[in-house]
Amino acid sequence: MIRPDAQLLLDIQDLHASVEDKPILKGVNLQVRAGEVHAVMGRNGSGKSTLSKVLAGHPAYRVTGGTVRYRGQDLFELEPEERARLGVFLGFQYPVEIPGVSNLEFLRVSTNARREKQGEEELDTFAFEDHVHDKLKVVQMDPAFLERSVNEGFSGGEKKRNEILQMALLEPVVAILDETDSGLDIDALRIVAGGVNQLATEDNATLLITHYQRLLDEITPDYVHVMAAGRILRTGGRELALELEQTGYDWVDQELAAQGVA
Amino acid sequence: MASSVLAPVQERGRAALEHLGLPNRRQEPWRLTDLKRLAAVSKLPASASPLSTPLPPSLEGVTRLVLNGFDDPLAGQVLPEGITALNAEELEQALGHTLDRCGCAQVWPVEFNHAKAEQILALRVRGQVGPLELVLAAGAGLNATRVLLLLEEKAELELMQVLLAEGASAHSHVLEVHLGQEAQLRHGVLATADGASSLMAHLAVEQEPRSSYALTSVVQGWNLGRVEPRVVQVDGQAQTMLKGLAVTGAEQQLATHTAVRFDGPEGELDQLQKCLAGGQSHAIFNGAISVPRDAQRTNAAQLSRNLLLSDLARVDTKPELEIVADDVRCAHGATVSQLQDDELFYLQSRGIAAADATALLLRGACQEVIAQLPAAAQAWRPLERVMESLAP
Repeated sequence: MIRPDAQLLLDIQDLHASVEDKPILKGVNLQVRAGEVHAVMGRNGSGKSTLSKVLAGHPAYRVTGGTVRYRGQDLFELEPEERARLGVFLGFQYPVEIPGVSNLEFLRVSTNARREKQGEEELDTFAFEDHVHDKLKVVQMDPAFLERSVNEGFSGGEKKRNEILQMALLEPVVAILDETDSGLDIDALRIVAGGVNQLATEDNATLLITHYQRLLDEITPDYVHVMAAGRILRTGGRELALELEQTGYDWVDQELAAQGVA
Repeated sequence: MASSVLAPVQERGRAALEHLGLPNRRQEPWRLTDLKRLAAVSKLPASASPLSTPLPPSLEGVTRLVLNGFDDPLAGQVLPEGITALNAEELEQALGHTLDRCGCAQVWPVEFNHAKAEQILALRVRGQVGPLELVLAAGAGLNATRVLLLLEEKAELELMQVLLAEGASAHSHVLEVHLGQEAQLRHGVLATADGASSLMAHLAVEQEPRSSYALTSVVQGWNLGRVEPRVVQVDGQAQTMLKGLAVTGAEQQLATHTAVRFDGPEGELDQLQKCLAGGQSHAIFNGAISVPRDAQRTNAAQLSRNLLLSDLARVDTKPELEIVADDVRCAHGATVSQLQDDELFYLQSRGIAAADATALLLRGACQEVIAQLPAAAQAWRPLERVMESLAP
């Protein structure tokens, strides 16, 4: 939902970032306002996953230029955990398996870290169980997954549901979902997308990083951005995703060549 | 009665020690050992000093026996139904049988124990028996203890063994277990100390067919530690589970030498050994599996997972598979790693501070083994003890 007067949640200006001294992001500009759903599309290696990790604060990625303000605050001054507590959420493309750490305990600790920051009361074990059971419905998840170790032995679809469950618990202001659709069959995709749609409000925003149009059949974006060579090459509405689906990314090469990048 | 049986054993032990001398680094099992520390242990005077803090009460329904190497652990005790003490004749017949079978003769820590142990606890177990807890606490000097357990056919026992120590003390412990056909022993060992004491624990287990032996050991905080479980499946067809957690810090050295031999077909082994090494400590694992010609259709899996918690810590891990039979499944693997950035980042990205994320990951790493301890372990707060030792 586009409202020009809505609060600016994320303001990315000329962002440059490197991995192991290799520049990946080369001047990303993007503004995200409350209520909006943005899709960032692009080929493998275009920098879209890097963008998501830089925003969440992954230590392997080094910011070499530009600024990101989150609700007016310099995002890069904040540790990854502080970003999360303030409402920045990254849904992982490959959620990490953590043997021996109970999923329920992990979810409780992280939920309480966010609640504390919001001035809400911490939930004890019993209160949290009720709370989490309500949220399970968002992604139609079997409560048995709470008793297992974090993501250990989960299928691809179960891991992604677990990510959206975390999103439901943490109630982020800006949710960045990195290729949440990858590895999902159509039923799992619908459930995950349904969860994301249920959680979208006029006060928060969603940034979908995706390779394929099919996720956008389930979650309707307000804006579609095409990334290439570390920058946003073109921005449009939903029709841009449909155009990509039909024409592929070949025009990207031509445009980059015309700019002397490729 | 015990002394009359033990006197010749002590005599033989002293003779063996004289013959063997202290181990040296040219001997493969001692190649990595800090022998100065071992020499210091060998000179400690025998003592029955208790710990400075009282023991926590045992859980309801658990029978606790306390061994100090001198006093009779059964004095004033009512044993659970199904457990009886061996008489002198039975003891004489059974003592040392399993050690021999497991190849423990002329092994230094065993001979050392033979030479030093003044007292033995020898029990026979029949039928299903309530949980038993053996507490070995060394407040000072050398605590040399010896235990013999005979589980008769179809007997079932849950045994929780706790070894504690403080200051300049050491445990020399030898346990022999014979499992009759279809007998089941769930065995927990929690051995924790404050970093100054030393531990030599030798466990010899003999399994008849269709018996099940499940050992979970959690060992932490020893200046010099050596834990040696040796299991023989005498006719194969038995199940052995070995789950070990070894935690070292400061300048501690802890070695776990396991040996499993299948003297018959269709035996099973499921083994996981985890080491967490911090400070400038040194953790050693040597896992021997022997599958001779007649041990066809053996199914064994051994995994050694090691976590280095500092740049100065050291881990040596070595699987030692000797497989002669051709129709067997024997899997083994070893990993040495540090805490993964990706795991830490995942937790941080969920609002969990770096230090808490580290603690949560370590807790998880330990819990995988600690959760397997028998219920009686809860009286000793094993996870909390280990986590306290890992706190920065």
